Amino acid sequence: MAALSTSKNMLKVTTKLLSRRCFSTGRALAGQQMTVRDALNSALDEEMERDDRVFILGEEVAMYDGAYKVSRGLWKKYGDKRVIDTPITEMGFAGIAVGAAMNGLRPVCEFMTFNFSMQAIDQVINSAGKTFYMSAGEVNVPIVFRGPNGAAAGVAAQHSQCFGAWYSHCPGLKVISPFSSEDARGLLKAAIRDPDPVVFLENELLYGTPFEMSDEALSKDFVLPIGKAKIERPGQHLTLVSHSKAVDTCLEAAKLLASEGVECEVINLRSLRPLDMDTVLKSVSKTHRLITVEQGWPQSGIGAEICARVMESEVFFQLDAPAVRVTGADVPMPYTKSLEVAAIPLPPDVVRVAKKLLGLK
Amino acid sequence: MMSPTARLVVRRLNQRNLATWYENSKDVAAKIVPDFMDMSAQALAPFFTSTKSFATEASFETRPFKLHKLEEGPKTSVTVTRDEALKYYKQMLTIRRIETASGNLYKEKIIRGFCHLYSGQEACAVGMKAAMKPADAIISAYRIHGWTYLMGVPPLGVLAELTGRKSGCARGKGGSMHMYAPHFFGGNGIVGAQVPLGVGVAFASKYRGDDNVCFALYGDGAANQGQIFEVYNMAKLWNVPCIFVCENNGYGMGTSAERAAASTTYYTRGDYVPGLWVDGMDILAVREASRFAIEYCTSGKGPLVMETATYRYSGHSMSDPGTSYRTRDEIQEVRQNRDPIASFKEKIISTDLASADELKAIDAEVKKEVDEATRKAKSDSEIPMEELPADIYAAPLEEEIRNVAPWEPLRHKRIGSAVNLN
Repeated sequence: MAALSTSKNMLKVTTKLLSRRCFSTGRALAGQQMTVRDALNSALDEEMERDDRVFILGEEVAMYDGAYKVSRGLWKKYGDKRVIDTPITEMGFAGIAVGAAMNGLRPVCEFMTFNFSMQAIDQVINSAGKTFYMSAGEVNVPIVFRGPNGAAAGVAAQHSQCFGAWYSHCPGLKVISPFSSEDARGLLKAAIRDPDPVVFLENELLYGTPFEMSDEALSKDFVLPIGKAKIERPGQHLTLVSHSKAVDTCLEAAKLLASEGVECEVINLRSLRPLDMDTVLKSVSKTHRLITVEQGWPQSGIGAEICARVMESEVFFQLDAPAVRVTGADVPMPYTKSLEVAAIPLPPDVVRVAKKLLGLK
Repeated sequence: MMSPTARLVVRRLNQRNLATWYENSKDVAAKIVPDFMDMSAQALAPFFTSTKSFATEASFETRPFKLHKLEEGPKTSVTVTRDEALKYYKQMLTIRRIETASGNLYKEKIIRGFCHLYSGQEACAVGMKAAMKPADAIISAYRIHGWTYLMGVPPLGVLAELTGRKSGCARGKGGSMHMYAPHFFGGNGIVGAQVPLGVGVAFASKYRGDDNVCFALYGDGAANQGQIFEVYNMAKLWNVPCIFVCENNGYGMGTSAERAAASTTYYTRGDYVPGLWVDGMDILAVREASRFAIEYCTSGKGPLVMETATYRYSGHSMSDPGTSYRTRDEIQEVRQNRDPIASFKEKIISTDLASADELKAIDAEVKKEVDEATRKAKSDSEIPMEELPADIYAAPLEEEIRNVAPWEPLRHKRIGSAVNLN
């Protein structure tokens, strides 16, 4: 069977499975679905086709079709020159990728998980992130570092860390954390086209999740703006802000709260740097209550940053209750199943905190 | 078929300056029998007047190169033309003067932070640059003031960058360790990080199909970095045209090579990557080795390691007097016997490529240029405050940049030309 590398092929298979009649009329249509994995794959494919300078390197990206199959079919299509399997030497190949970007190529450097990026973090921050500034605007570094970030399932402490706070801390980097397939497609394409270094934090547990896709989202030039959040669900009683997998947690929590008459506005940040505070502040002005939800650790995390910025803005005076954070527990991730489940916030945790803020039982 | 000796004699006899040549002759590579020269000088002297004229070229023998997994190495017989010799001399001298000026500025506290001087190592940079094609690239760590100059930045651009002023090649925002120029990728502060970057630069050349190489420089201290071994592997595996250059000046900060490395034969440390050792105090030897290296890499044979044995007179940086871990005698010995500029000067004069007066004139010219640049670098102003948040991003997504306090944001600006924008 030919490699299913284009979005249209994926669509045919999925729509056949899901509906009898399948034609599109230009708007989002029930039945046009795509998994996050295929969204990323199609984005990579299209950007490689569009620009010769784009190439992928990382462990197992070529012959293995990607450790998580995100780069499936690309080596077969583009060959050794543009899809390159590296040895298990993150610091080395990340440095090579940055050097190639400095000299005019557009590398997509995959970390099998972002936990391994710690081996190369000097190249990401000191070489990629700071060079443009240090050279007074001469040498920009158009590189994308991508891979799964944060907790998966049963992979224990060393393979479960969220690096959103670490990378979004650094000026010079742009940091993206997509949720849906549309996010993944539009933002990866934007990241590859962006002339600055971008850290693209995916989530392993989302790879297999299908999402609705509009025709527009499937078009070859579909890019989403980096640094702009999306309101996934409007509401007037409470603002829930999150990124990546935690958006799902918020949407589920919102459903539970809706059954008790509380309407939550769920904001999907999409990017961590820049952080779209305009959207957050506008929402909090409306709802007067804020909970940030993330899977990463609490100290110096994304939620901490958002709450601090709310405190410093005029919108502080709009709050009817303190802005609080719901985060991963401040523990290294255990392997024990029940403990692992307890270490990451679940929808009932968000509901419990929401009710406390709202003064409900 | 004339022997080299005879050729040399004939060339000398073609000059009308035999008496002067004989007096000055301290030909380091003298293969000429003293008696014979004595005889011919005396015999021929009456026939020549002392009008000034110079040799167009001269040949020398370098110290032998040491090879690792190479069948053959660079030629030890090297030739330099008069024009080339004058150019290299001027370049090395300019670097020496820039470094001396930098040292003085640092002592006056006008240069702050780090300042790593290249004095003593000039032949390495000038020799490599002499062999490089216009679009060959080079990347190094932080001992790079000389390289910045060689890659096209005038002395003012280097010195003003050191003093942190707006005429600096990075507008003063980079400082001593972060200078850039076309095909020169810095200027990198983290020991060893520049080597993978250099392999990446060369990778891009190969990807594009141009025949350019990248010289990736590192010191004897950095040579133990794991990431260098990681990229030896990838460069060899993928046939990347990268020349790994270990500038072995004997010390990694205050730790001598022997105290840091189980193996100090750095040119062999690439293992499956062939390597060569060259006398880094001999500019012509470095040039020849670099030519060989470029030829090797561009002919598709993959990477090469080149170790240049050199020496730095100053400490690791200006905060290091450089005497707690080595003797003053050692430094003096090198200065007196192996200085790259003095020994090249001797070569030039002894072979009549130029006169001592001519070289003196170059000295004066260089001194004037560097003194003037130093004066300007001291008096130039810093960039204005508005440039604090400038050029953080090539494509900024937010206009406002967080300041030290809330409610008073900075505004991002774009000033530089972002060479990889489109």
